[in-house]
Amino acid sequence: MTTAKKELAVAALRNGTVIDHIPSSVLFKAVNILGIEKLDTQLTIGNNLASERYGTKGIIKVADVFFPETTLNRIALIAPTAVVNIIRDFEVVEKRPVVLPDVITGIVTCDNPKCITNNEPMKTRFHVVSREPVTIRCHYCGHSVTSDKAHVL
Amino acid sequence: MFRVDENCNFALLYKGFQPMNQSSLVSISDISREEILSLLEQARYFENHPNHKILDGKVVATLFFEPSTRTRLSFETAVNRLGGRVIGFSDASTTSSTKGETLKDTIKMVSNYVDLIIMRHYLEGAARYATEVTDVPIINAGDGANQHPSQTMLDLYSIYKTQGRLENLDITMVGDLKYGRTVHSLLMAMRYFNPRFKFVACDELKMPVEYKIFCDENGIEYTEYTDFSPEVINSTDILYMTRVQRERFTDIMEYEKVKNLYNLHNSMLDGSRDNLKILHPLPRVNEIALDVDDNPKAYYFQQARNGLYARQALICRALGIDVTKLKESDK
Ligand SMILES: [Zn+2]
Repeated sequence: MTTAKKELAVAALRNGTVIDHIPSSVLFKAVNILGIEKLDTQLTIGNNLASERYGTKGIIKVADVFFPETTLNRIALIAPTAVVNIIRDFEVVEKRPVVLPDVITGIVTCDNPKCITNNEPMKTRFHVVSREPVTIRCHYCGHSVTSDKAHVL
Repeated sequence: MFRVDENCNFALLYKGFQPMNQSSLVSISDISREEILSLLEQARYFENHPNHKILDGKVVATLFFEPSTRTRLSFETAVNRLGGRVIGFSDASTTSSTKGETLKDTIKMVSNYVDLIIMRHYLEGAARYATEVTDVPIINAGDGANQHPSQTMLDLYSIYKTQGRLENLDITMVGDLKYGRTVHSLLMAMRYFNPRFKFVACDELKMPVEYKIFCDENGIEYTEYTDFSPEVINSTDILYMTRVQRERFTDIMEYEKVKNLYNLHNSMLDGSRDNLKILHPLPRVNEIALDVDDNPKAYYFQQARNGLYARQALICRALGIDVTKLKESDK
């Protein structure tokens, strides 16, 4: 694939959001977390695309939708390398990496079977207690887990 | 697009701090150094004046989703001595939670009736969650293996009372340091007071690494031992004994090997410091021999009684009752 064609793949959107450099293994988890399966706008999902940095990558292109930053940052736990491109009138007007928030709500299940969150209809909540490696702690029972072992909904 | 926005705004609403329920007590780490010291003074006051009518007209719920007679009686006595009334249950099998009612619904229902909820639950994080569904203050009386702050307060009060201070003490913890939540909470609460810890346990039950990291981060000195030796006992101010339980062991042979290594006998106290006091969260089995009971250094029964005064102080804190004002009006 030529460089020009690659650029086109990212930019061939009049208006919308492109989320690039998602690790292939978590692409569909990212789709889930963003909740975009319910959208009725034009949507392109690509996976196992060549990536200079990571071997293969996934990409999500959503036409005419501009997500709040907090929504996009929700995928940072599983896809810390993801990059968000905001497209307006075929131009990339903004490009930024996702940023892991301090608190993660409703994405990860607690691995402690005796945790209240696994026994009550409620949202989970985790605090990011370390960023290198990423470690999160359950707000309720206090159990900690590293992000690679975290069970994402 | 709107659906996505709605979803995430919903998440956003719940991600930050809850506007709740400042006077609840879920974990000992909710309490600052100053507040710990103030509560200890209040406990001392209640020890000298245990009966007050300051909860006149108040109703307190004791919700024990998991039975714990010792803790429940202590809390209920505290409420009664303060002139309040108690409703509640002592066993989840008698409540609607066995019919599938959520904790949230039970807490909301009880909140209609009472000024304070004291709850014990078998699930970890239950008390924290309860504070998020009600405006009624919650006191956590134990949530699974997680937190039991009133136990920690009575431990702190026992140390304070017997040593005259909390600062710069040699504290030795013996037995099950892996699963023992009382030793974990006490360790964390002592971070303000420059303790020197000795951890005495077999390999299978030694202090978890996260608590050793906690010590390192807070500049707390600690040494680990597998031998419960005279050297350790003789350089200790507070000897905190815990029970080594068979069910904690994956290898039963290992249990048989270590089960008697961490038992305390009176003769082992011969060279100990004059100010040494022996604590134990109770119930004990055989980790403290009966011949220790008559030694004036044995403190575990008084320690349990101190729980009453510590809990009186915690109840007043939860209800916003200023015990220092009480003192002034008494004079
Ligand atoms: Zn949990």
